[in-house]
Amino acid sequence: MNFYTDNNDIAFQLQHPLMRKIVELKEKGFSDKGKVDYAPRDVDDALDSYDKVLEVLGEICGEVIAPNAESVDHDGPEVHDGRVTYARGTQRNHEALVQAGLYGMSLPRKFGGLNFSMVPYVMAAEIVSRADAGFANIWGLQDCAETIHEFAGEDIQQEFLPRINKGDTCSMDLTEPDAGSDLQAVMLRADWDEKKGMWLLNGVKRFITNGDAQIKLVLARSEEGTTDARGLSYFVYDKAWGGVRVRRIENKLGIKGSPTCELVFTNAPAKIVGDRRMGLIKYVMSLMNGARLGVGAQSVGLSEAAYREGLKYAHERAQFGKTIVNFPAVYELLAVIKAKLQASRALLYETSRFVDIYKAYNFVAEDRKLTPEERTECKEYQRLADVYTPLLKLFSSEYANQNAYDALQIHGGSGFMKEYPIERMYRDARILTIYEGTSQLQVVAAIRGVTTGAYLNRIREYEKTPVKGEHEQLKKILVAMTAQYEQAVQLVTDRNDTEYTDFHARRLVEMAGHIVMGYLLLLDAQRCGAFEQSAAIFITRGQAWNTGHFSFIEHFEPDHLAAYSVLKDAE
Amino acid sequence: MTTPLKVVVLAKQVPDTRNVGKNAMKEDGTVNRAALPAIFNPEDLNALEQALRLKDRYPGTTVHLLTMGPGRAADIIREGLFRGADGGVLLTDRKFAGADTLATSYALAQALRKLQPHIVIAGRQAIDGDTAQVGPQVAEKLGWPQVTYAEDIVSYDGKEMVVKRRLERGVETVAATLPLVVTVHASAPGCRPRHAKQLLKYKYAKTLSEIQETGADYDAELKNADYLRISEWGVADVGGEEAQFGLSGSPTKVKKIENIVFQAKESKKLAASDEDIDGLIKELMANHTIG
Repeated sequence: MNFYTDNNDIAFQLQHPLMRKIVELKEKGFSDKGKVDYAPRDVDDALDSYDKVLEVLGEICGEVIAPNAESVDHDGPEVHDGRVTYARGTQRNHEALVQAGLYGMSLPRKFGGLNFSMVPYVMAAEIVSRADAGFANIWGLQDCAETIHEFAGEDIQQEFLPRINKGDTCSMDLTEPDAGSDLQAVMLRADWDEKKGMWLLNGVKRFITNGDAQIKLVLARSEEGTTDARGLSYFVYDKAWGGVRVRRIENKLGIKGSPTCELVFTNAPAKIVGDRRMGLIKYVMSLMNGARLGVGAQSVGLSEAAYREGLKYAHERAQFGKTIVNFPAVYELLAVIKAKLQASRALLYETSRFVDIYKAYNFVAEDRKLTPEERTECKEYQRLADVYTPLLKLFSSEYANQNAYDALQIHGGSGFMKEYPIERMYRDARILTIYEGTSQLQVVAAIRGVTTGAYLNRIREYEKTPVKGEHEQLKKILVAMTAQYEQAVQLVTDRNDTEYTDFHARRLVEMAGHIVMGYLLLLDAQRCGAFEQSAAIFITRGQAWNTGHFSFIEHFEPDHLAAYSVLKDAE
Repeated sequence: MTTPLKVVVLAKQVPDTRNVGKNAMKEDGTVNRAALPAIFNPEDLNALEQALRLKDRYPGTTVHLLTMGPGRAADIIREGLFRGADGGVLLTDRKFAGADTLATSYALAQALRKLQPHIVIAGRQAIDGDTAQVGPQVAEKLGWPQVTYAEDIVSYDGKEMVVKRRLERGVETVAATLPLVVTVHASAPGCRPRHAKQLLKYKYAKTLSEIQETGADYDAELKNADYLRISEWGVADVGGEEAQFGLSGSPTKVKKIENIVFQAKESKKLAASDEDIDGLIKELMANHTIG
């Protein structure tokens, strides 16, 4: 089994017209050519390299990681004497990916990386997640390297980055018992030690994924007496420096292979990353955006896995004299799963391309000044990435849950049993709408895209793209949905009441999202027939969903809110 | 370590006989190579892994592949390069064609005399012929000691290599001096995956013939990138007596091919007793159906 070559929808995204621009930027005019023996010669060569490396990854995922998923879920990690031991299967997965050189894919070559752009890196994350969503966390924490590369000084980069490709894993240590969604409340202390010439960390971190990693990025309070975000700085810690103990690991509903740790820091030495006081405001926010893109990939991968399980079972299982896929109630479930899967994937790679372009410009800006046009373009894509990322995280994670639920439903009673992998996937999916910012927090971030008109502007861009004659009808629906969306936004914002807007925020964000994904599927269908059914299904379902939301908003009187908010006083 | 080890892995491109479909055999009872995908012989991959482990353990060690076959067998060399080998040689010549195990061993031994490795590692047998003769015959021709059925190369102290063998009734650990031929059993660790950087580095590795086929300029292709050259050797390159190569050097003659159609035999009735169950289990174990 090869989880890349058996899925044309992923490779299709490599052929997106923007990819050529992305590669050109990322390779800085192919300056490594002739200097590094594995650097590409030109755009086509680079795209071919993406394809070939993903094929290696797809094989490891299909042949090693997916077959291990069941035992990893069963065995889980263990903690002894303050140290974590991975499940055997997890160790094997990790070894295989290290042996294949698949850590540090997006790092520059001078640090042992492959210098891949975001799109193929996100593809890899999606494929790993399809094999085992829990393991995807351990692999995906190489995102931390990205943050070190972006914000740490040259000496820290030299010290840590070359280790990523050799298999050192990472963790990002943000949350504490009293600082979850609200990271401003972080209390772990960092004090400068003149004698050691290092910062010393003291305190407790909780819910830290892969908390016993060799390389940690830790958010800590460096400014004594402060209580807000401006007192927080970002630190890098090396396990070899000692001072951190794993007190316990959580017993979880899903992603059981991924150790979630409670950590005790006792005079743990650390080095500061970037500037003091910028920890949360700048660096964590950037890291979080990367992590949210990662959860998007994880969600799409899990949706893919769930879809395949549902499809397979529906073709195997016979009742009333025929396989159950022949019943409208079942094939409708499957078709909607597939439409949501393909829609969230389209959103995943659209977002990845936006991230890719602005990051590549920043990367180019290290060597030379950007032209005014380039700067404008860079900013424009960064803005798009900022509003698309929460939209992606929200939809892909919710769809992954809905898809796992429906795919399990197709299994009937068997789906409830451990015998079928869908049971694990259903549990693994549950965290996706929670970590790296709950769905509710994604809405808080995404509503800005609604109120500033950012989504609408982008929708207008999509609208300008011509479609084939047979798709005009679908486009008409999207145009009508857009008008209805504008009206809904107007109805809500006209009240000029923050609580009222917050109350309807999710509905508005969802309306925008349905239109955006509808267009993305429709545009993909212009280049490939394989997206036609999903475009038709998603757009017509989206029309119905949006009409439901619109109806609710249209008929919502201000005093209706009291019926909900009364719970504020209920105990 | 005194001198860096030079390792040569013998590898063969074979039809994938593990997943045979309807068209696997031709009318005349021979293998339909066109219908089966060409793959790296599985036990040769186990052999390659042993070689790469020597390279991991003893810095300076080089690993080269040696394969004999038509032009497309260059895929085997590339596959080895992707997984961590340093180079390879493709023995390809019309005069090598039609070789049985004896003529094959002769050609390989001639090439090995030229390559002068310290150790030759090969798979125990190929899945198309199942003879397990080539490795031992190569050792005989070179006059080197041989360790067959190896599962693990345990250690090397500069003089002796200690090898664990997997035998029918257990394991045996032996020591042998270099130069040495080792044949590796399927129970040895599987081969590591392709490495991303090796893959990108060597994806354009080609033989002269392959470059000529594309019409590209050979010198331009390999300028500043000599590592992309896969050597192609013919009879003239390896030397030796022409009569010993290929069909003329192959005493093996196929007398007759019998077509066997598998069909179910008569069923066997067992009583619901411990003795009958015990008997059945023993029978199944004896014919290797289970266990």
